[in-house]
Amino acid sequence: MIDILDGLKSAFWLVISFDVELWEISLRSLRVTLTALVIASLIAIPLGTFLAVQRFRYRRFVISFINALMGLPPVVIGLLVYILLSRSGPFGVLNLLFTPAAMIIAQVIIITPVIASIAHQAMRELWAEYHDLLISLNTTKWQRIKTLICDGRRNLLTAALAGFGRAIGEVGAIMIVGGNIDHVTRVLTTAIALETGKGDFALALGLGFVLIGIAILVNLAIHTLSRTEREGRW
Amino acid sequence: MSARFPLELRQIFVRRRGKTVIGPLDLALGAHGITIILGPNGSGKTTLLRVMHGIERINGGAVQWAQDDPAQHAFVFQSPVVLRRTVAQNLAYPLTLVNAPNERVTTAVQDWLARIGLSNKAELSATRLSGGERQKLAIARALIRKPDVLFLDEPCANLDGHATREIETILREAAAAGTRLVMATHDMGQARRLAQDLVFMLNGKIHETGTAASIFDTPKTSELAAFLKGDIVV
Amino acid sequence: MKKLLMSAAIAFWSQGVAAEDMRMAVTTSFDNSGLADILLPAIKADLDIDLQLLVVGTGQALKLGEAGDVDAVLVHSKAAEEAFVAAGHGTHRREIMYNDFVLIGPETDAADIKTATSAADALSRVATSQAPFVSRGDDSGTHKAELSLWAAADLKVEALGPWYHAVGAGMGAALNTAAGLEAYIVADRASWLNFGNKGDLALLYSGDPALFNQYAFLPVNPAKNAKVRNDLAMKLEDWLTSPRAAELINGYKINGEPLFVFNAVAE
Repeated sequence: MIDILDGLKSAFWLVISFDVELWEISLRSLRVTLTALVIASLIAIPLGTFLAVQRFRYRRFVISFINALMGLPPVVIGLLVYILLSRSGPFGVLNLLFTPAAMIIAQVIIITPVIASIAHQAMRELWAEYHDLLISLNTTKWQRIKTLICDGRRNLLTAALAGFGRAIGEVGAIMIVGGNIDHVTRVLTTAIALETGKGDFALALGLGFVLIGIAILVNLAIHTLSRTEREGRW
Repeated sequence: MSARFPLELRQIFVRRRGKTVIGPLDLALGAHGITIILGPNGSGKTTLLRVMHGIERINGGAVQWAQDDPAQHAFVFQSPVVLRRTVAQNLAYPLTLVNAPNERVTTAVQDWLARIGLSNKAELSATRLSGGERQKLAIARALIRKPDVLFLDEPCANLDGHATREIETILREAAAAGTRLVMATHDMGQARRLAQDLVFMLNGKIHETGTAASIFDTPKTSELAAFLKGDIVV
Repeated sequence: MKKLLMSAAIAFWSQGVAAEDMRMAVTTSFDNSGLADILLPAIKADLDIDLQLLVVGTGQALKLGEAGDVDAVLVHSKAAEEAFVAAGHGTHRREIMYNDFVLIGPETDAADIKTATSAADALSRVATSQAPFVSRGDDSGTHKAELSLWAAADLKVEALGPWYHAVGAGMGAALNTAAGLEAYIVADRASWLNFGNKGDLALLYSGDPALFNQYAFLPVNPAKNAKVRNDLAMKLEDWLTSPRAAELINGYKINGEPLFVFNAVAE
């Protein structure tokens, strides 16, 4: 119990005193995760929508495959990305290993299936609702996708936020491909792992509470910006 | 007016799950007026309409328009489908699909809002309308592109007398303005009020066709006579 | 306006240009000691090198060197290091400094290792008393040192009972587990002094030369790929074996106690 109180105190002081290191790793956490989120959404949302409206031979297999990918341990993805980006690997020439870019790549791979799966589910329900009407109006495939994404944006936002949650708390993959290098690739989660390993539980918990706080703020901000709770609009 | 008619259906049949839903049947529709497709529930009226509109796959036979331009058909479903947007946006949608210029869109939307009496609800989310309001919206949305032919599948089936009367007025105005109406109903009163031509369907086949006068005054088949009397016909 | 936004975005997302970036894989015990916080700024000031440390276990550090993903490796496991050089992954092995391993255990010391005559004897006593024991179990330098002590005591690790817990974790995490289980554990002195969660544990035995823990610097073979900065590794090696480094290393203390002893010899 004492550790939890110490943790809360630690979190409080870190934030109040504008601890420079805390700012640095928090900003880096947000930078990496938000970039990964944007890229993953740009891939996953059209993909999920397309899978909802287009019938093709192996569609059910593709959907099951994407759902299964959600269960892949992030550490495994980290190892695979490390092997690919290693100097002795195929993409070593790009010099991406141990940089935030590598962390972004790993996180994109991890969260795209999550976002795609939820987006697909939402779009499938909406398509069932709109199907007859949109076909009747002679829409093109592209028009249908645009309409579904536009009208289903609240659920797509939920899908994106699910991806954000997965990414902001991820530590295994980014530890491997980022290396947790001080001032370069250290983020909140890897710092927490480091401090836990050193036995400094209070600091680790403190960082953890800061992380939770940031996650809450981001969720609130996005919901406010999109005014999802406003009556009569949705 | 419309060179797209006459419409000819030759030896159409539709089979679903091993059962023949409609057919084989032949039908020819001319270019003018209001045609009512009459028949008890389950007689295949909906399927026939959808086949004519082109949103139902046929298993045999041919649907022949003199000159087909699918963008000039419109369809109103029995259960009104509204987009998850405002009332005004719903009305504008078919026009935005064809990239109509903004002023034309605004004028048309204002115009139709007034005609269906929803001007004060323009910015309301369409999902909050009552059943009758939704159906009026659906009809207005179907008519906003001035289609040559409007198919309606029992549009007043779930509506009260007020809404039904308002809708029938709108339909008569549309017909007077030159839109060809083809409407399915099992409501004899509505058939009497609106029909200029009638098609009587039973068990997936066409039993009789004719002008309103001839059908109502001198039915040729016993089934139609029984139906007109109000008996249950199977 | 668009230009302004673009440059703001670039500034926000960019990494900045580094002076001279060098990557070195080091062990968790080295990082835990805190010595890096003293050495890195001095290296930056004297050599203008931004030394990026990847803090991993010995096994992973050598693997990174093998892949050519780092420019040098600093670990404390002589046998593994010699194999590394023999296999051609590293150019040579240069000893820099040493600290020692210590035996940690519960204050109550049920196995009575405080009075042990040697490190091997201490471990024999733990085995006899079957007191709980935590092992790193992660192929690290510390783990390998622990294994050699069991061997010296003529005990096979596989034959030890369920009181022997191999956790597969870093030094801090293993110490946490030992604190939680009130178990005995082999730790490096630096990690122990820096450990924040001591609980009822105490330093019970030290001083046996068998607990000697030598750190060595291994430059990665530049023949591996064009990106390996062997030039920087050589500069760093010269610095690490210089009187300047000796002063910093010998002068580093925790609670007034020195941790490392500089023992590099001139080439």
